[in-house]
Amino acid sequence: MDMIPAPEIDLVSLAPVLVLSVFAMGVLILDLFIGKNKTILAYISIAGLVVSALCSFGHADLPVSSFNGAYVVDNFSIFFTFIFAISSSLAILLSINYNEQEGIKIGEYYALILFCTVGMILLCSSTDMIMIFLGIEIVSISLYILAGIRRTDQRSNEAALKYFLLGAFATGFLLYGMAMIYGATGTTKLAGISSTIVAGGVKSQAILLGGIVLLLIGFGFKVAAVPFHMWAPDVYQGAPTPITAFMAVGPKAAVLAAFYRVFADGFHGVAASWEMALMVVAVLSMFIGNLGAIMQTNIKRLLAYSSISHAGYLLIAIIARNSLGASSLLFYMLTYLFTTFGVFGIVIILGRKGNENLEMENYSGLGYKHPLLALSMAIFLLSLGGLPPFAGFVGKFYVFSAALQEGYVTLVVLAVLNSAISFYYYLKVIVYMYMTDQKVEFQPTLSPYALLVVAIAVLGTIQLGIFPGPVIALAQ
Amino acid sequence: MVELEYYLILSGILFSIGVLGVLVRRNAIVVFMCVEIMLNAVNISLIAFDRYNNQHDGQIFSFMVMCVAAAEVSVGLAIVISMYRNKPTINLDEFNLMKW
Repeated sequence: MDMIPAPEIDLVSLAPVLVLSVFAMGVLILDLFIGKNKTILAYISIAGLVVSALCSFGHADLPVSSFNGAYVVDNFSIFFTFIFAISSSLAILLSINYNEQEGIKIGEYYALILFCTVGMILLCSSTDMIMIFLGIEIVSISLYILAGIRRTDQRSNEAALKYFLLGAFATGFLLYGMAMIYGATGTTKLAGISSTIVAGGVKSQAILLGGIVLLLIGFGFKVAAVPFHMWAPDVYQGAPTPITAFMAVGPKAAVLAAFYRVFADGFHGVAASWEMALMVVAVLSMFIGNLGAIMQTNIKRLLAYSSISHAGYLLIAIIARNSLGASSLLFYMLTYLFTTFGVFGIVIILGRKGNENLEMENYSGLGYKHPLLALSMAIFLLSLGGLPPFAGFVGKFYVFSAALQEGYVTLVVLAVLNSAISFYYYLKVIVYMYMTDQKVEFQPTLSPYALLVVAIAVLGTIQLGIFPGPVIALAQ
Repeated sequence: MVELEYYLILSGILFSIGVLGVLVRRNAIVVFMCVEIMLNAVNISLIAFDRYNNQHDGQIFSFMVMCVAAAEVSVGLAIVISMYRNKPTINLDEFNLMKW
């Protein structure tokens, strides 16, 4: 009798994902047995994230490709796993007090963050379109629920609905693109796609190009790049603030990692056909993101537009698609992680029950009342804008030099111009904090967890700005 | 034997119906159904490509699509229900608390 050949199952490669899934399910079960206070679940979740990140060192010589070439562990994926572990831990730390204050007494909250992280790790390690699709869906479905987790709040509901409908719509495009690429190349593996394209074995060039365009639309939706960004400001505003911070960093990084793998590794043979389209998307994201942010008065919407423009800068690293591009993507994402969580940490600290203090005017005079909070906010905003000596500057510097290395001068000029525009609205917040009189009474909720996040973020922002060397060496 | 093109044209038409529906209709449930039509259009083309390439990847892929679509339905309907409890309507135009 013939034996059915089973594929090699490499549990060591999958360890981070498995450990995290077990922890997430453990959190779900434990939730049933504890009372109203869910803080213990937060600690367990953070422990799970730490263990999972450490598990990613399971292999000695990298890269290791497993599951028939569908899953890969390389430096790129390990670095991203660490970014996800840090961002999810910071999001959980920010949530502990926020959830108490807003009355979100739901244990599934932490489990969903962990499941979302599982999806993100899968996304950054997969080299097969089926896996990429599953990763994106694990991330998205968890986020739909997290965005709407304040069930009695109409804004939260609206955010969840908009995110869900547009996200599912985008999934349709992404899938149709994948189907067409499968049809044209006869394989779902990125390595196979790339070699088929280079060898000229594509069955129909038209179907391949159609697939690439649809994939671009799908990925564009998921990273909130213009013109597929309409959902971002509404969802960022309506979601609970820790989740907003989480969404702006983790899932975006994960989808960008998959984006990088698919376009820079899979489609480099037909780069000439998609390069121009991606450039247009990147430039539009930067301009619309920055110009949109100028008009905002709500701080969460402002940060949403700013994150759209940052997606634009990150797309430049994909367009460059050289080794410096990959490492600059990693480094930029790390700097963006610290600054974003810092800003949202301050926003959460300044909010209190019933009044989240989200209008920019409410920050008037903060610099005199709470000089330390205002100073850290100023550091984060300047870093987001890209002012030396903060981390944001170094991140931008590497992304731009990766693009310059490949000769994309116009693109870099436009990006630098955009950095200059972005200072307008970042400085506007700083002007409110330091140069206007106080309008509302500040009653910051100084929880130790949120202050810890801000402290970590300040340290990270300054450390990566002044001594970026060791981390960049790691990223390469 | 039916040519591959016919399947692809059918899937293209279904996909376009889905996209149009999402863009035109204002009822949350109907929009949702149109998204499902898009996903099933994709399944048709996946299976057709799979059959004509003599492989199995496409079939596995379409199973995954169905699983994910089912998960998405459950989450989507839950969101619609929790929304309906706060505001008894499913007309998308009435959800406009946040606007730029």
